[in-house]
Amino acid sequence: MEPIEIIEGPVSVLDRSDVDTDQIIPKQFLKRVERTGFGEFLFYDWIRDGEIELEPNPILVSGRNFGSGSSREHAVWALGQFGFKAVVAPSYSDIFYSNCTKNGFLPVVLDEAECRSLAESGHGRIHLEEQVVSWDGGEAHFEIDPEIKRRLLGGLDDIALTMQDEDRIDAFESGPGGSYGPETTALA
Amino acid sequence: MAKTMFEKIWEAHEVRDDLIYIDLHLVHEVTSPQAFEGLRMNGRRLRRPDKTVATADHNVPTDGTPVAKMIADTLSRKQVETLEANAAEFGVPIFSLGSETQGIVHVIGPELGLTQPGMTIVCGDSHTSTHGAFGALAFGIGTSEVEHVMATQTLVQRRPKTMRINYRGRLAEGVTSKDLILATIGRLGTGGMTGHVVEYAGEAIRNLTMEQRLTVCNMTIEGGGKAGMIAPDEVTYEYMRGRPGVPDDFPAAIERWNGLPTDAGAEFDREVEIDATAMSPMVTWGTTPGMVTQVTDRVPDPEAMDSPADRESAERALQYMDLEAGTPMEEIRPERVFIGSCTNSRISDLREAAEAIKGRRVADTVRAMVVPGSALVKSQAEQEGLDRIFEEAGFEWRGAGCSMCLGMNPDILIEGERCASTSNRNFEGRQGKGGRTHLVSPTMAAAAAIEGHFVDIRNWS
Repeated sequence: MEPIEIIEGPVSVLDRSDVDTDQIIPKQFLKRVERTGFGEFLFYDWIRDGEIELEPNPILVSGRNFGSGSSREHAVWALGQFGFKAVVAPSYSDIFYSNCTKNGFLPVVLDEAECRSLAESGHGRIHLEEQVVSWDGGEAHFEIDPEIKRRLLGGLDDIALTMQDEDRIDAFESGPGGSYGPETTALA
Repeated sequence: MAKTMFEKIWEAHEVRDDLIYIDLHLVHEVTSPQAFEGLRMNGRRLRRPDKTVATADHNVPTDGTPVAKMIADTLSRKQVETLEANAAEFGVPIFSLGSETQGIVHVIGPELGLTQPGMTIVCGDSHTSTHGAFGALAFGIGTSEVEHVMATQTLVQRRPKTMRINYRGRLAEGVTSKDLILATIGRLGTGGMTGHVVEYAGEAIRNLTMEQRLTVCNMTIEGGGKAGMIAPDEVTYEYMRGRPGVPDDFPAAIERWNGLPTDAGAEFDREVEIDATAMSPMVTWGTTPGMVTQVTDRVPDPEAMDSPADRESAERALQYMDLEAGTPMEEIRPERVFIGSCTNSRISDLREAAEAIKGRRVADTVRAMVVPGSALVKSQAEQEGLDRIFEEAGFEWRGAGCSMCLGMNPDILIEGERCASTSNRNFEGRQGKGGRTHLVSPTMAAAAAIEGHFVDIRNWS
């Protein structure tokens, strides 16, 4: 995962709320078994039907509850492969937000008025370390979980980090918690 | 100190701060291939195949195609065959196309007794919240997290907030758990539960059957909730008894599970009270599950909405749905009816729908299909003769899978078609590009198939 420090550049605007992952990457493109090749299908139906136009700028600004619906991480892959590096919106679905952070793609929460100002200015700068978004004529602080921030700043891989604690997982499994639940291999 | 059910389960699974142990990992063909590939590329093993199970559901045709290699669509075939190969390579038990226990991942977990109270359950699918109906902590994850669970049997998670929805009173005759959850989302909004694990409680919930409870928890994600939960009780245990995966010493397990429900006086971050007695059969009119109203109502007028964002969304939704504000919901005429999906494809859903249409005929203007949630539901229904009731009425009787819930297989709407669907999402294009989806309960869908338009099931005879 690429470390994130500063994301700066022109802003693309998708002025809609409840943008769901079915729109971000429609299901007919979920049949690939690779992580690549999704960028060209981003918002496939909306773009093909001429409903929206989007430039592959570093920052995408959109409405509340962005990324709702399906858990498909393909949505984040498509956004990143299209060219976006960060999305700014008033709120996100939980799974989408988490998927962003596992891919070095920065989801920023600003309130509706701040999102509108950023969109209107057309150009933004996101400083992750300082947790500040600035644009011509304004700036805003954003919140992010410190651990998620640390991992994004360092480009750290979750699995490698967890595996450093493998002895604790071993210990958990030898305790009473390790035998909770069914043995799936007994059924097949 | 008094604890919520969520807190008890969470604390029993903490390996360290923000790292929880996963008791069951459900895997399907769409969100797993990149995760298996990640393991391979890094030379990692799948830590606990015995806590993992795979099935093929999203892509499978429901036309009786017997095995993966005969799936006509090349990409779908490749994805299902990739799942089979990955399962074999990493030692994961699999119920693929053709298996007598194949089915929608959220149907087979409960049906095989794999879903049990007190467990942590994840799957690369947002409707994993379904399993919380047993008093488990169950939620959907992305593919990177799927890989993380495969490699470590744990998940990095910040502790979510908690919310309880208390339903006062009981649902009226003809009003189902589908209506209850649609009405709840309509009231709280599609982001109303975001960041929260939601416990559904109160008399209306206690009086639901196990399968009705699954429907409620299933759609938690449509309200933005992290997970939905219902405290286990006799209804839960009765449903589980005798299923293959349940503990050998069932009485001892019940004793353990009886300790799970939220303690009196435990505090939630948020509590909501909802009157269940006033609920009606619901029908969605727009392109999010929150755009929903009572069947006796009319399509709402965007002009009457307070916030500009709501107004714009509603206007666009009505345009997409080709509906005019003020039209009575009962005058809306679906051309397609779909009974199925992880929300409403279990045996009781099929029984209720069959009972409603027995001896009648699907309207000439409607094409209707019933898709059992699993191969086991299908064979059970056939033993009971439900397939004949549906077929005699003019419904298509199909094989198990996700089918027309998400249009990743041959079952899709064509552009402009309007569908009464028992599934969970009415997003633009969800059931096929340009398709228009109205979410309803199985009996409401069945009645719409017969009449050719929506009817109030309470006074339909």
